[in-house]
Amino acid sequence: MTDGIRSVVTPHTNGMIELRNVYKSFGNHHVLRGVNLTVAAGEGMVVIGGSGTGKSVILKHIIGLMQPDAGEVIIDGQNLADLSERDLFEFRKRFGMLFQGAALFDSLTVWENVAFGLKEHRFLAKDEMMEIARQKLTKVGLSGIEEKMPADLSGGMKKRVGLARAIAMNPKIILYDEPTTGLDPIMSDVINQLISEMNRDLAVTSVTITHDMKSAYSIANKIAMLYHGEILEVGTPEEIQNSDNPVIQQFIHGRSEGPIQID
Amino acid sequence: MSPIKSLIDRLGRGVIDFLAEMGGMGLLFFKATLFIFRPPYRFRNLFKQMESIGVGSIPVVLITAVFTGMVLALQSYTGFKRFNAEGLVGTVVALSMTRELGPVLTGLIVAGRAGAAIAAELGTMKVTEQVDALATLAVDPVQYLVTPRFVAGIVMLPVLTIFSDLIGIVGGYAVAVKVLGANAGVYLQRTTQYLELEDLLGGLVKAAVFGGIIAGVSCYKGFQAEGGAEGVGRATTGAVVVSEMLILISNYYVTAFLR
Repeated sequence: MTDGIRSVVTPHTNGMIELRNVYKSFGNHHVLRGVNLTVAAGEGMVVIGGSGTGKSVILKHIIGLMQPDAGEVIIDGQNLADLSERDLFEFRKRFGMLFQGAALFDSLTVWENVAFGLKEHRFLAKDEMMEIARQKLTKVGLSGIEEKMPADLSGGMKKRVGLARAIAMNPKIILYDEPTTGLDPIMSDVINQLISEMNRDLAVTSVTITHDMKSAYSIANKIAMLYHGEILEVGTPEEIQNSDNPVIQQFIHGRSEGPIQID
Repeated sequence: MSPIKSLIDRLGRGVIDFLAEMGGMGLLFFKATLFIFRPPYRFRNLFKQMESIGVGSIPVVLITAVFTGMVLALQSYTGFKRFNAEGLVGTVVALSMTRELGPVLTGLIVAGRAGAAIAAELGTMKVTEQVDALATLAVDPVQYLVTPRFVAGIVMLPVLTIFSDLIGIVGGYAVAVKVLGANAGVYLQRTTQYLELEDLLGGLVKAAVFGGIIAGVSCYKGFQAEGGAEGVGRATTGAVVVSEMLILISNYYVTAFLR
């Protein structure tokens, strides 16, 4: 127990992520078949791949919502499997996550959503929490909606509130689950710019999963393609664009004809 | 596959699913209980749940209880008259309400009302990833969502049952005295004469067990919800059916244990 806590508190929090040979199946459906992926501290990694290929499953492994059937998930040198359940919750404080549907708590107001982590984990006065929430909302371009309920917001606003909530605790690692899915092209661009800004200004490590190539190019330092449960190729956006792998070429250009089978 | 083999296959899968579900519920009950004793204590969540499970259920519980007491008096009067035991109607109403009908009917009604609401709410939170979001914000969903509901169920069911017992007895009295013309003094004396404290307490213990079952099962079913609105609907139905079955089954065993 003490060991677990000590390893959690070690100031070794630069945000490095390593997936080593990760396997995951659901029944007979083998989603991850030996995923190897390293994300260096401060890097903006984008994982691309078709719908239903297990991209979200990768994110859920990184933040410990799912455990691999085999293989290891190592964050800042800490193997998540070695943490007790309690320590894992503690460990998650270094993460922020933006969910596909924003996943705002619909019984709480906008500012209460943004300040949720602060309220749970920091001993702050209500005014201070509200002030931080307001700052984070301003950072994502929102103001004057603190007292609204999530149900009263548009999809793009929800995403931005979700982003404000994700950065409220100043995380070292931010995970984005399809940040532009379901948004119009202009709002997608707003979100892409916000993510790029976050990566630059907050010096965080980020992992984004998407199948929106425009989004991928604008956010990524590096792009990894997930195909058949494995990472097919990792490279800078230019390297991926110039890849001679026909699977990657088909995917990034969005062609229906090619080696990727559509079922 | 031969029909027999396929039958065995299906039977086996059913048994495995059943055991997995019981195991999952058992684990959730265990975790929810552990968190009762571990800070932070979430009094705000607890009071909110006590209000929605308890206070919100008062009208239905009272209506059910008063009519149950009334019909009980009417039926036992008709039956007992055949062997000149009308005088015992008050005793029968009091014993039936406190020992059996008060807790069980309250349990069944709250399962339908609050259990369904819990499963639908947590199910919706599950399919919209709000439960995952809690975990990513370093808050254990069991501690935040399940424990307050679990405690509220265990505390509020006995409270509702006290109301139910009382109003059921009043309903029985009203019918016996005002409609059937029984002597008010004798009726009241017969109501209290054979009623013991352990009848009342036994009923309340049962109610607490039912409260734990309703909250635990409904939370479990909500957390199991998958795949949008249909999944939430299935979770809600499952929560009501399973908690009502478990209430009726455990009712016998708790009664036998307390006897």
